[in-house]
Parts: sequence; structure tokens; C-alpha cells
Amino acid sequence: MPAENASTPGTGPVAVSAGSPLLRVDDLHTSFHVPAGEVRAVRGVSLTLDRGRTLGIVGESGSGKTVLARSIMRLNIGGNVSTSGNVEFEGRDLLDLPLKAMKNLWGTELAMVFQDPMTSLNPVVRVGRQLTEHVRSNLGASRGEARQTAIDLLREVRIPDAEARLRAFPHELSGGMRQRICIAIALACEPALLFADEPTTALDVTVQHQILNLLGREQRERQMAMILVTHDLGVVAGRTDDTIVMYAGKVVEQAPTRVLFTEMRHPYSEALLRSIPRIGQRSHTRLSAITGRPPDPIDIPPGCPFNPRCPYVQQKCREEPPPLVAVGDGAGGASHLAACWYPVGTDAGRDAFARNLADRLPQTVVVAEGSEFAESAAANAAAEATAANGSSEGGGA
Amino acid sequence: MAGPTELRSLQEDGQASVPTAVGSFRVRVGRSLWNAFREMSWPTKACASWLVLIVTAAIFADWIPGLQDPNYQGFLFGKGKTLDPPSMEHWLGTDNVSRDILARVVHGARTSLIFAGGVLLCGLVVGGLLGSAAGFLRGRFEAVVMFYVDVSLAFPALVFFLFAITMLNTRGLGIMTVAVAILIVAPYTRIARANSLSVSNREFVTAARAIGTSRPRILVREIIPNVYPTLVAYSLIVAAVLVILEATLSFLGIGVPIPRASWGGDINMARRDIAINVWPMIPPILALVATILSVNVVSDWLRSNAASRSSAL
Repeated sequence: MPAENASTPGTGPVAVSAGSPLLRVDDLHTSFHVPAGEVRAVRGVSLTLDRGRTLGIVGESGSGKTVLARSIMRLNIGGNVSTSGNVEFEGRDLLDLPLKAMKNLWGTELAMVFQDPMTSLNPVVRVGRQLTEHVRSNLGASRGEARQTAIDLLREVRIPDAEARLRAFPHELSGGMRQRICIAIALACEPALLFADEPTTALDVTVQHQILNLLGREQRERQMAMILVTHDLGVVAGRTDDTIVMYAGKVVEQAPTRVLFTEMRHPYSEALLRSIPRIGQRSHTRLSAITGRPPDPIDIPPGCPFNPRCPYVQQKCREEPPPLVAVGDGAGGASHLAACWYPVGTDAGRDAFARNLADRLPQTVVVAEGSEFAESAAANAAAEATAANGSSEGGGA
Repeated sequence: MAGPTELRSLQEDGQASVPTAVGSFRVRVGRSLWNAFREMSWPTKACASWLVLIVTAAIFADWIPGLQDPNYQGFLFGKGKTLDPPSMEHWLGTDNVSRDILARVVHGARTSLIFAGGVLLCGLVVGGLLGSAAGFLRGRFEAVVMFYVDVSLAFPALVFFLFAITMLNTRGLGIMTVAVAILIVAPYTRIARANSLSVSNREFVTAARAIGTSRPRILVREIIPNVYPTLVAYSLIVAAVLVILEATLSFLGIGVPIPRASWGGDINMARRDIAINVWPMIPPILALVATILSVNVVSDWLRSNAASRSSAL
């Protein structure tokens, strides 16, 4: 049941500790004006982040998470971008700062690790120079000091034979190595807040793990705040203090990560989690994708943006956009917010689901059958396996 | 929630064992010119050798014994004949006023080299910088620069050239180089701007901004180094055209003035005596053809080699 209205949208779950937070984003909107209309990429996002904390931003492609990160850092350029709202970083309003002043924050206070290490290094400059120049221009170090700093940084991001690697061009390094270099560059000037914008999307799974561990370790050691943007709930789990789930440019659920994973309230978060394939599943299990596709950011449906795909959808969802309110009856308390009229795991949600199932609403049927299918398939397979001498065991591993 | 659990169960410090295969990677960019030469096919080798020979000769022409003065007329001092066939004394014979043809060819190469080099340098420096800056900075600066480029490209080049030498009432290597250089800036600017636009949108430029790199430094460090390879490749094509242009203008008599050695001018001189002796025309023609062919062959070789390397970028 949607509980009492939360105080203001700006009061995120993270703003519990005393003192002003490192970063406070209030009602941030970002739009791109294109010939086809206005692409509303971010539509009123509020969040707070304390020093040394980590925040995960999760959502599928086009949900506005990258634009959100770039808007906070003011990296969106071009005449067709408009950003409004408040971004307060260490007491300064970033959106009001002239770009010249932003330049002093970039690198030293705010830094970003980009999605694709193949394209975020200059292909014609040796990595050593890309590192040392940055150190020298921002910290005013001498050539020798900068070189030593660069070597130390490369060692820190676990690049073997760091001195030799300084002479390498980016194309001589593997994707994981390049991403390590990018991380080293981002960390070089000890930023207070690091954005990691899908830092592992372009990498192999095994390397992904290493890079995430590296980011986590650096974050802990440096007491740095980090915003980890990803489309993979698995990346966020166990690595962030808090998590925000975004859909169509809005926050749909926001909670401490542990709470989010134990009691998901928004149907979209639930659907995202359900769509992660499980290793325990038998091979040839049908993956449960979210039916439909993300809304066209130029023409977002009225009411809840997720309503065309939601298995819990009711008439109210198609008419009124649900506010982001505390669903504080569980472990998360007041810090667990969700924007849903019929949250998952509540009586209202269960009733809505049952009604839709009775009406044979396609997306509801798919979800219901998905869980049944998985169970019955497993049962069938187990029976078959016993019949066939039990030799087909462990197909999903 | 099986995914995250599985991930975490992997070894925590897997990154310590990153393989060091990169250490054996051959740094091809820094390898010696000699190695590059050895990899060429024999026609390419011949062309490269010719270019090295002609450029060296042009540079050191003033110090090569017997070839110092292309305008030395031996018969004035009773030491030579006009239209002499090749001999030990004059390896390529003498022309109609008894000048040594080999000396003329070597000094003609110098004229071509100065002209082509000067024009290319101007295009690379002025056009390359203007275009790179225009594509990166955009705005009014770009509008002004591109307006100049459009006007310059619309203007008939030969008319501009004739206008320049008529108004200044002088001819010479300097004025010819400057006039053509002014025109060559336009295509260089256009190419540089197009490349700069595409480079400016690449992620490493955003990454550079995100670590607080200043705009002038981004232009110098990120944009320009990525724009220049294209310009250099373009220059190789333009170089051949410039050699022909110099010869053509001199042949028509609007290039370098008469006593100065120039392949085109010498061909024109020899043309007058073609009914008596065709020989003096042959060496400059061969030099011209060989040089243009060599430039094209070598630039082709460079391009195919550069392509195989840039695929690794």
C-alpha cells in the first residue's frame, strides 16, 4: 500500500548522517531539443550522496542514467541541451557555476570513468603522457614528479611493469588494461566524487569483476564518494551502499542496496532482477525479458511511465503519475522510496496482479507463466533425468 | 540474486595475475627507416631511391663539384659547345646555350622542391591549424574561417595567379609559392575541419574535459594529433600535383623567370630547338615523370602501410 507522502523529493535515503552531504541533486531535468521534438532524458531526479559513500544508478539503456551523470558533471555540451534544477556539490551550485569554474572542479573534485576504454583514450598519444600531462597541469608537478606519480598510479591499478607501460600507445593494451589506465587518470588528482559510467560494459566478464573490485578498493582506501552507473543489478549488489533504479528519466525506486534486494517494491526493479539469468537454472530455460520496450523519450506515456509494460498495471497507473514516496513498512524504513501505486509485495500489488491475471493481461500472463514454466520445466527435467539414468544433470553450469 | 553471489565468489584479487604479453609487442611505429625500406617491393624501392636521390641532389646542389652553377655557359669562355651530346665532361650533354644539362636538372629539382615544400608547409601549418581550431571551437570563428574557405575555393586559381603576378609586376619562385600557398590553405582547412569535427565528438575528448583539461590544451593535445595523419596523407597526393603545377607554370612562362633552372622552363627552352636536337628536352622530362611517379608510388605504399597499422588503433 502506498504509505504516507514522503516529505520532499529531495530527501533521499542517504541523507541520514549529520552535516551537509557531498552532493545534493534536487529536481534535475535534462532535455535535448532535436528536430523530432524534445527528448526528455532526465525528468526530475533528486538524490543525495555523503562523503565516502557509494551510490548505484540502475536502469536499462535509454533510462537516462548516463545523461544524469553527465548533467551533474556538466559534460553535456551543445546548443540543444537544457538542464534545470539544483546540483549542490560541497555547498556550491554546479549548474550556476561558469564553465571556467567547472574546469577547476573537473579532475580534482569530480572525475569520471567512461564506458568504453577503447574510445576514451587518445589513440595517438602514449599513455604515459596522457597521465603525466594531466598530473602536471592540475597539480603543478614537475616532469620527474609527474612521472613518478604516474608510475605509482599504474602500480596501484595493478598494471604490471608500469614503467614500460608508460611508453605504450593505447592500442597496444587490452581492454582491461585500458580501463585500468582510465581509472588511474580519473584517480590521479584525488577527486572527492568519482562517476563510473558503466565502466565494465565493454569488458569481458572476468575482467569486469577485476575492474569493479579495483574501483571498490580505491573508493574505500581514498574515502571517495562514487556513483556507479550500470544496467546490471548484479554489479550494484554488494558494491554500493544505496541504489537508485531509473526508468524513463525518473527515479522509480530508491533504497539502501541491501534493502532493495530483499524487498523490491517497484515492478520495474522486480522485472530487472527477474531478467538476470541464474546459474542454477537448467540450460535452455527461457530467459524472462521485460515485455515491450522502453518508452520513446519524446513521447512518454501519461501516468506511470512503466504502465504499458507493467504486470501490475491498473487504470490509475495510466492516468496519474505515482509520486516517489516512502514504502517504509519493511526493513528499509523511511529510506526506502518507490514510485508505484501498487507496490510489489504489498496487498495492493498482489490484488492488482491477481486482477490482471484474471483479465489475461499479456504481460501479467507472461510473468505468471514464466515462474510456473520454470518450476514445471525443472520438475519435468528432473523426472526425465531420472528416467535417462540421471546423466543429464547439471546442464546449467 | 544468483548473479552477484557468483561474481563475488570469484577470487578477490584476480587482477594481480594480468598477463604481460604486451611486453613482447613490437613497437612498429618506432622501427627504423631501413627496415621499412627492406619491406618494399622492388618498384617501390626504385621509386623511393629516386626520391631520396633527387631530394639529396637538390639540397646539396651547390656543393656538388661541376654542378654548382646551372647558368655557367662554357662556350662564352671557349670551353664548351652548344647542344653537345653526353660526354665525360657533361654527363647529360649541354643545351642550346652550352649549359650543363645535369646541373640544370639538379637545380630544377631544387626549384620544384622549394615550391612544393613551401606550399605544403603553408597548407599543413596554416590550413591544418585553422581547420582544427574551427572544427573544435565552432561558433563565429568557424563561420569566418569557412567563409574564407568557400570564397577561396570558388575563385578560379589561374585567374588569381595571373592577377597576382600582373599586379605585382614581378615573377619568381617566391611570388609563385606564396600565391599558390594562399590557395592551398582552403582545401587543407576544409579537410582539417571535417576531421576535427569528428574527433571533437569522440569520447576521449569528453574524457579529457572530465579531468579538467583546458580547451587550448585539448585542441593541441587531443584534436590536432588526430587530425594531422589525414593531412599528411593528403599532402603526398598534393605534392605530385604541385610538382606538375610548377613545371606547367614555368613551361607557360608565368612561373619562375628564365635564367633560373626549372624542369618546365627547360622543357620550354628545348622545345624551340626540337627540330635541330631533341636531346636537351629528354632529361628534364624524364626527371619530371620519374619524380611524379615516385611520389605517387611511395605515397601509395605509405597509405597501405599506415592503414594496416591504424586498424590496431
